Amino acid sequence: MNLQQVFMYSVGASLILGFLSLTVLFLTWLERKFLARLQMRMGPMRVGPYGTLQPLADAVKLIFKEDILPSWADRKVYWLAPLAVFVPTFLVWVTIPFARDLVLANLELGLFYVTAVSVLSILGLVMAGWGSANKWAILGGLRAAGQLVSYEIPLIMAILGVAMLTQSLNIIEVVDGQTRVANFIIQPLGFFIFFTAGLAELGRTPFDIHHAESEVVGGPFVEYSGAHWAVFYLAEYINTFTIAILTALLFLGGWRWPDMPLDGLSHSALSVAWLLLKAYLVVILIFWIRGTYPRLRIDQLMAFSWKVLVPLSFANIVLTGVVLYYDWHWSLLTVASLILMAGFFLSLTFYSGTAAERMTVSVHPARPEAISRRKMDL
Amino acid sequence: MTIDQSPNSMDIMVNMGPQHPSTHGVFRLVIWIDGERIVRAEPHIGYLHRGSEKLSEGESYNQVITLFDRLDYVANLNCELAFCIAVEKLMAIEVPERSHYIRVILSELNRIASHMLFYGVYGLDVGAMTPILYGFRERERIQELFESVTGARMMHHYFWIGGVKEDLPDDFERRMKVLLPTLKQGIDECDRLLSDSELFLARTKGIGTITAEDAIDFGVTGPSLRATGVLEDVRISEPYSIYDRFDYGIPVGTNGDCWDRYYVRLEEMRQSIRIIEQAMEQMMPGETMAKLRRITRPPKGESYVRTESPRGDFAVFVVSDGTEHPYRVKVRTPSFANLQALQHLLRDAYVADAVVILGSIDIVLGEVDR
Amino acid sequence: MTQPRKREAAAPEAQAALDDKGLNLSAALATHMQDIDIKIDVALDEVVLSTGSENIVAVCRRAKEDPELAFDYLRSVSVVDYIEYLEVNYHLFSLSKRHKMVVKTNLSSDQPCVATVTSVWRGANWFEREAHDLFGVVFNGHPDLRPLLLYEGFEGYPGRKEFPSHEYTEW
Repeated sequence: MNLQQVFMYSVGASLILGFLSLTVLFLTWLERKFLARLQMRMGPMRVGPYGTLQPLADAVKLIFKEDILPSWADRKVYWLAPLAVFVPTFLVWVTIPFARDLVLANLELGLFYVTAVSVLSILGLVMAGWGSANKWAILGGLRAAGQLVSYEIPLIMAILGVAMLTQSLNIIEVVDGQTRVANFIIQPLGFFIFFTAGLAELGRTPFDIHHAESEVVGGPFVEYSGAHWAVFYLAEYINTFTIAILTALLFLGGWRWPDMPLDGLSHSALSVAWLLLKAYLVVILIFWIRGTYPRLRIDQLMAFSWKVLVPLSFANIVLTGVVLYYDWHWSLLTVASLILMAGFFLSLTFYSGTAAERMTVSVHPARPEAISRRKMDL
Repeated sequence: MTIDQSPNSMDIMVNMGPQHPSTHGVFRLVIWIDGERIVRAEPHIGYLHRGSEKLSEGESYNQVITLFDRLDYVANLNCELAFCIAVEKLMAIEVPERSHYIRVILSELNRIASHMLFYGVYGLDVGAMTPILYGFRERERIQELFESVTGARMMHHYFWIGGVKEDLPDDFERRMKVLLPTLKQGIDECDRLLSDSELFLARTKGIGTITAEDAIDFGVTGPSLRATGVLEDVRISEPYSIYDRFDYGIPVGTNGDCWDRYYVRLEEMRQSIRIIEQAMEQMMPGETMAKLRRITRPPKGESYVRTESPRGDFAVFVVSDGTEHPYRVKVRTPSFANLQALQHLLRDAYVADAVVILGSIDIVLGEVDR
Repeated sequence: MTQPRKREAAAPEAQAALDDKGLNLSAALATHMQDIDIKIDVALDEVVLSTGSENIVAVCRRAKEDPELAFDYLRSVSVVDYIEYLEVNYHLFSLSKRHKMVVKTNLSSDQPCVATVTSVWRGANWFEREAHDLFGVVFNGHPDLRPLLLYEGFEGYPGRKEFPSHEYTEW
């Protein structure tokens, strides 16, 4: 590796870091505004026009806050944990392309690299839980470990389905494969599994059990404050954006589907805009879910992964394999996936734990004679 | 505090509260957990004990009402009502018709406000963040009305012994005409937001069940008791004020689980609106305060009055020795008794369920500790 | 010399009057508790049953288990300090019959001691703990009489009349 390459990579890395930081700032603002709209509020309005400078104010506040070290904490583990969470999140972005020719390193095994690296951040959460020497934090850290490991499997399986379709693990080739039809049309089941498992990987509502404030009081992050806490949240929002952009790349056709017109620089610019638009749609969907749903319990969460998502993801792979082997038309895969999904949703509706006999409350008249008596009174 | 120190025990003791966000105040629950399962739970109360009962002995009867405002700080008027009725019973005061109606209307509105708070906070307990804002929107409408009627948002001191402080403001009827339909719509909206969610059902159905026999044995009252299928409401079993003049329903559950406790409360709000509508219709202009001596001095004796507060059987036991100070005031608060059943409800629950179960009893710590 | 102020009429005294349920109950009590030494009285609209502290558990158990009395719900346990003695009130209610009763017993102020009724109603647990906390009534056989509302190591019984509530400073 010569000096020029080193220089190029460092410039690219810092560009990505800058881009991600800006994105996170924007995402926090967007989330607050969007949730506020769902909840009939205004959201931040004071700092800057429509509160646009609120994230900056928050960042400044967080940086200047006192960093508190609990006296019983395991110092090294405690201080290393934010780093251990942040680094893998950032490393994932090395191979994520923004357009055909806009990527730091187009790895042949890009998808493999993404899944392998993103798992590492579990370690950081467990470290944070352990290092804080707080029972709630440990509980949260272990919850995170259990949850992330179990949802890793359906996530990888869904990615595998996509890789089978394009016969490649290179993300750019995956996007190129979707020039005519986006993957979410061919594999609606895979799309559903990827998005659901992705939500769980992020630890966002319905799956936010590891930092559920009403149960484990913030989980691994209870004891953190100031800049270190900010790093955790930086990582979390980057993760959100990662999942959103991966969904856009793998299932929504990336910068393709439909292909952008023009060529040269303007084509690239349009492609990036198109990709980001798709990614932000997914982000909004994630926020929407956050504003709507309650949280699952840990056993339900595990059961959902192992009893529902994992079998479904295997079925998805088998279906894809069969269709590819016999070289049938892709619409067959769509139909089969849709049938599977419909069956799944129907069985969920009749699952005894949920909708069955919802109306158990009946209203008894307090005193039937009340009406007649009132007539007598008047 | 005793900790199980037998050598084969590997349970972790965790302090849930008094600073835990979902203990609804300063309640402390010590739980011993085995993984995520609760092995043993022990509630500790008393962090908000202000000695209201003892303080009452040094105040005059009218001043005691202000202490009652601070018991159940979510349903203040219902508490005031109980004390006023208890003293009125002791003194055999005939309360003017109009003040009866004013009391019923405002107490039922306060019941809705209290249940709305429950609804929102329960949403937070199960992890949904939007319900609290919907609940507070409705609650805010009621609080605004209270502000115009009583002059205060929470600590009203509006019900006096012998009636109410002053007549309703002139625009009360007009405001109620707007408020009631909006409230109805709001309740339906809240219902749709949370009750239709499969995840919410999965979190509450079959969780924290208690049988009717156990519930009665523990002294559980109010919506928590009705959720087990017992048709018991002080308003019908021992009618007070003018509740026997209205046609309304008592929601009763079947399973006694968190879902039933939640839905009974939601349905109760609708029934409260029915009561208010009828009361508004029947209310006539007239006196609002009985003719009384300036200093309330009940005769020697004692009276025990039960009322149905949003949390259950709120009862006041007043002993008078013929002076202007009550000799003894004992408040039987529903949350205090309901909380006793918590240990029973928490058996074999998950940590996450503990929060949901505690939320479904809907305790107010000001009332538990007094 | 100023004219003495005309005294207003004394507050009307509430007449003790039982409704039908109360009358039925007091009749039933007389027959069903013949073997226990009790005194039946009326206070406002409630039937008052007074008995010695040694009979409390027997009376309560009978009141709960007799199908005609069926007092399945303990409304509250309250203690009143009459300085010479402490009066313990057990307010009972029957959810099925919808009648009510107060069981009263007097304890000496120096050594207030009575058997617990937690074996009859589990709900008596905290009410009795509270009474022990604030009035120092010892409930024999109670599973757990630790302080409930007060902190551990609190001196004195703040519910009692002798406790100086206004001179008392915590810090």
